[in-house]
Amino acid sequence: MKIHTPLTDDVVASLRAGQKVLISGTIYVARDAAHKRIVEAMGAGAPLPLELQGQIIYYMGPAPAKPGQPIGSAGPTTSYRMDPYTPRLLAAGLKGMIGKGNRSQAVKDAIRQYRAVYFASTGGAGALIAKSVKKAEVIAYEDLGAEALWKLEVEDFPATVINDIYGGDAYEDGVRQYAIPD
Amino acid sequence: MREIHYNTIVEAVERLCMESNYFLGDDVLQSVQKALEHEESPTGREILQEILENARIAREDEMPLCQDCGYTVVFADIGQDVHIVGGDFNEAIAEGTRRGYIKGYLRKSVVAHPYSSRINTKDNTPPVIHVRIAPGDKLRLTVAPKGGGSENMSALGMLKPADGREGVIKFVVETVRKAGANPCPPIIVGVGIGGTAEQAMLLAKRSLLREVGQPSENPEDAALEADILTRVNKLGIGPQGLGGRTTALAVHVLSQPCHIASLPVAVNIQCHSARHKEIVL
Ligand code: SF4
Repeated sequence: MKIHTPLTDDVVASLRAGQKVLISGTIYVARDAAHKRIVEAMGAGAPLPLELQGQIIYYMGPAPAKPGQPIGSAGPTTSYRMDPYTPRLLAAGLKGMIGKGNRSQAVKDAIRQYRAVYFASTGGAGALIAKSVKKAEVIAYEDLGAEALWKLEVEDFPATVINDIYGGDAYEDGVRQYAIPD
Repeated sequence: MREIHYNTIVEAVERLCMESNYFLGDDVLQSVQKALEHEESPTGREILQEILENARIAREDEMPLCQDCGYTVVFADIGQDVHIVGGDFNEAIAEGTRRGYIKGYLRKSVVAHPYSSRINTKDNTPPVIHVRIAPGDKLRLTVAPKGGGSENMSALGMLKPADGREGVIKFVVETVRKAGANPCPPIIVGVGIGGTAEQAMLLAKRSLLREVGQPSENPEDAALEADILTRVNKLGIGPQGLGGRTTALAVHVLSQPCHIASLPVAVNIQCHSARHKEIVL
């Protein structure tokens, strides 16, 4: 299924764990250090460098772009490290996250409560994923190097729905289907 | 005494940093290809295909396989008849890393002051260097960049001797189960058994330098590898944790004697982006 950002409630409600999507539009990129700064800014009531309403944050720190390329390798980083910050961002209107790996129960609960979605893209396929990035610019926290805040334009960015608003979890489903008891 | 110059080491490390990040080893590719034939999950097969496709793009475009170009780990076996001239050996490795990561468009993923300000060092230094003195007059350098996602899933178990072989298996399988989708499965499970706490972890890491899936030369360890692999692949985690038969491509064990009171077991998990390149100078 093809989806576009910003995500509407109807689109989010139509997504189910395990479903594959191709995402197009603007997405933001932030990982550990940028999350810390965003949440600190929220706490201080300071203006944020990005719009959260309906948006997607991709947990990623790209490799430097070679000349003529919009971006270097650009695959997901492990999501659980962002768990402490995520419910705060979802409460402020964030609708989607892209990363890899399992989320905490608190995040899964917040996903249901605030009607959002967690996607995974293929970890370690950064060269392949970079092909779906058409434009990339640092919009804040440049001093963080690989952890700066980016804005990307993506076209048919491949991802899989992991956690949906109905409590579905594609990781749990996958293990349930393929585990062989001892 | 054979002399090896500082500059030779710098240039070798520079090249190895880039090549290890661009070119996935044939052993890894073949192992993924083999997994593809056995994987039952359609999603799992798609992911394995993506991994092969990613490796092809990285090779052709000379761009990093993964945006996480790793912490630079360097193994050096220095012949005892080698004399390093023209500068500090450790600085040569660091300078090679610096140049490789800057010239090669590799991501700089190292921060200083780890538990406080976490300031990026901007050149991926300092590398971690493991030196051994070996017979002969050669210098063997292996650069093995290690991603944070899989490294974070490492574990050390100081088991009781009574836990025995089954205890070792349980500890390793449990570590992989807990890691779930986080370390980018399919993984290679490095297992170090024996020695002391730090030695066990070093054995685990060193085991990852072996060709993927080549059994240990020690028959007892080879049998343990096969048993752990079977158990790990029954977990059903599968490629990227979305379910399937291929949670691990291989299990590598390195063991050595330990203290009468101990049974140290270290697990160092390697993602499918199993990068290492070697040169003998
Ligand atoms: S675990 Fe490995 S493949 Fe996954 S993001 Fe980290 S370095 Fe890349």
